Amino acid sequence: MNAQQKLPAEKKKIKLKHYINYLLILALLIPFSITGLAGNIKGSTSLLLTQIAYSMILAVSLNLVVGFLGELSLGHAGFMCVGAYLGGYFANQMHAVIGSKLVVLILSALVGGLMAALFGLLIGLPTLRLKGDYLAIVTLAFGEIVRTVFMNQEIFGGALGLDTQKYGKTLYIAALVFAIVTVFVAQNLMRSKHGRAIQAIRDNEIAARAMGVNITYYKLAVFVIAAFFAGIAGVIYAHNTTPVDYGFFSFNYSIEILVMVVLGGMGNITGSLLAATVLTFINVKLTTQLSGDLAALKFLLYALILILMVMWNNAPKLAGLRAKVNFRNLVLWIKQTVFRLTHKTPEGGEEPPTNAAWDKIPTKIEMDAVLSTDLKPDRSFEADKPQAPTKGDKQ
Amino acid sequence: MSEYMLETRELGISFGGLKAAQDVNLKIKKNALYGLIGPNGAGKTTVFNLLTGVYKPTTGTFYLDGENLTGKSAIEINKRGIARTFQNIRLFSNMSVIDNVLVGMGNQSHCNLFESIFRLPRYWKTEKELRAKARELLRVFGLDEERRTVASNLPYGKQRKLEIARALATNPKLLLLDEPAAGMNPQETAELMETICFVRDHFDMTILLIEHDMSLVSGICDELTVLNFGTTLATGPVAEVLSNPEVVKAYLGD
Repeated sequence: MNAQQKLPAEKKKIKLKHYINYLLILALLIPFSITGLAGNIKGSTSLLLTQIAYSMILAVSLNLVVGFLGELSLGHAGFMCVGAYLGGYFANQMHAVIGSKLVVLILSALVGGLMAALFGLLIGLPTLRLKGDYLAIVTLAFGEIVRTVFMNQEIFGGALGLDTQKYGKTLYIAALVFAIVTVFVAQNLMRSKHGRAIQAIRDNEIAARAMGVNITYYKLAVFVIAAFFAGIAGVIYAHNTTPVDYGFFSFNYSIEILVMVVLGGMGNITGSLLAATVLTFINVKLTTQLSGDLAALKFLLYALILILMVMWNNAPKLAGLRAKVNFRNLVLWIKQTVFRLTHKTPEGGEEPPTNAAWDKIPTKIEMDAVLSTDLKPDRSFEADKPQAPTKGDKQ
Repeated sequence: MSEYMLETRELGISFGGLKAAQDVNLKIKKNALYGLIGPNGAGKTTVFNLLTGVYKPTTGTFYLDGENLTGKSAIEINKRGIARTFQNIRLFSNMSVIDNVLVGMGNQSHCNLFESIFRLPRYWKTEKELRAKARELLRVFGLDEERRTVASNLPYGKQRKLEIARALATNPKLLLLDEPAAGMNPQETAELMETICFVRDHFDMTILLIEHDMSLVSGICDELTVLNFGTTLATGPVAEVLSNPEVVKAYLGD
């Protein structure tokens, strides 16, 4: 190959999209840490932030399975349950040995995560080899079974739940740091050779296999990693709420996590983070502000949000609007607005920034229209008169 | 090392009582452009599926460059150097053009999960090398400009090209093209013929292709094998095969 002919090199610039996820979490972490460490944070705010943090961890990890790998898992709360009970139990034992609460938290998070990952491996090993919706069925069953099993163990407190040592008002700082770790792993994994292979499996399993992608290995790896982080979320939950209530890890909660993933967008980590924040916020506000039965309104709200989201994503009449409303155009709009505000007299000055290249790319709808009109398959055999070969095209 | 890049001996598979392919004997010389034709349902794609490890042959053996690959897994076969495209395009449609090619190059990076997650030096090194290679490959196919486009947004002809590029990215010795000209107009077909010949010369590739378009087959292939009802009907140089009365009969009937 002609090595002399240099290609224009990839631009080396810091891209916002690589850091936006960290910035989102830091936006919660930094301001509240300052007040929190000064001791002026309300108990309810600190609880809310912890809940947001473990929801983020759950949503991002489930997104790895559902959004990037394309397998449906309905038992994410089950893995969280494993983490909460086993991690919580481990922490109870450790408090006697180790004085530092932070060290206990980190150790128990590791133990809880690893135990959940082990369960993930056991569940995934037989089911991920199969095609179809077996994983959804098995994880659904797993989620229900595992919490009932824990409920019936005297060692874990039985129906009363496992008593854990509650952490103070600063737990959320550690929890948000765990969320950052989750995002770090998820994001770096997906932007590597392995992440590309995983997404290739989602897009076309047959082609991925033909390209030499080890399907079972990657499916299992993603599933185990997701279970690991769900376990960590469980440990955080165990240190936030006492006693650990087996009823919390119900099927409804698995669906709630799935709603976060769908709402934020399949395969979109930023979306998962935002959806986890917003839904948890709504959830907590509804439960604390409204009493009793009215709190069930949250399910109505979830349904409405989901329906609107699905309509927005699929309605053919909204295609034109959809093509225009996206993150890049938002950034462009902000750039242009800033430009207008900073350059009061545009006459003779520089042009405002545009995203011309982006506009040229046809949307999928437009492409489909082009394909269906202009391109008629030409598959006429010319075998009725076998021609003498003309080898003119070959040297 | 052998004289032939691909050699199959009595290769066959039967599903229950149905013999989808039997006694297929192909001898493909290095750097040859070999055609596999036959009426619908003749078993052409089945042969491809046997050669790429999608099916395991029930009879016979096949050798790539003298190495017996019979019964190996799809991943193993891919690693040893057989890559394919598909009759109906199977791109990774939600991924960008360059990512499609990079998936194909996955077997050339030995960066493990841990190194990738923690961005150790080897990650950056291999990632940089692969990206440069992928762009070089895309440039050869005139796709470098569109490397950030989502694959499903490419026009049809370019999707075909991308599929070939992706197959080449796995660094194969033998390239299998399953009906590359399906759904193309004559002008696009002519362009495709150029591309195929170019791939053969530029990458020093041995190519086996299935095709219905006789102008393409007679235009670029060196040798042909005609399949009918799973068995070999005729084999040899193009002109000879296409004037064979048996072949004409298979296509047109009595």
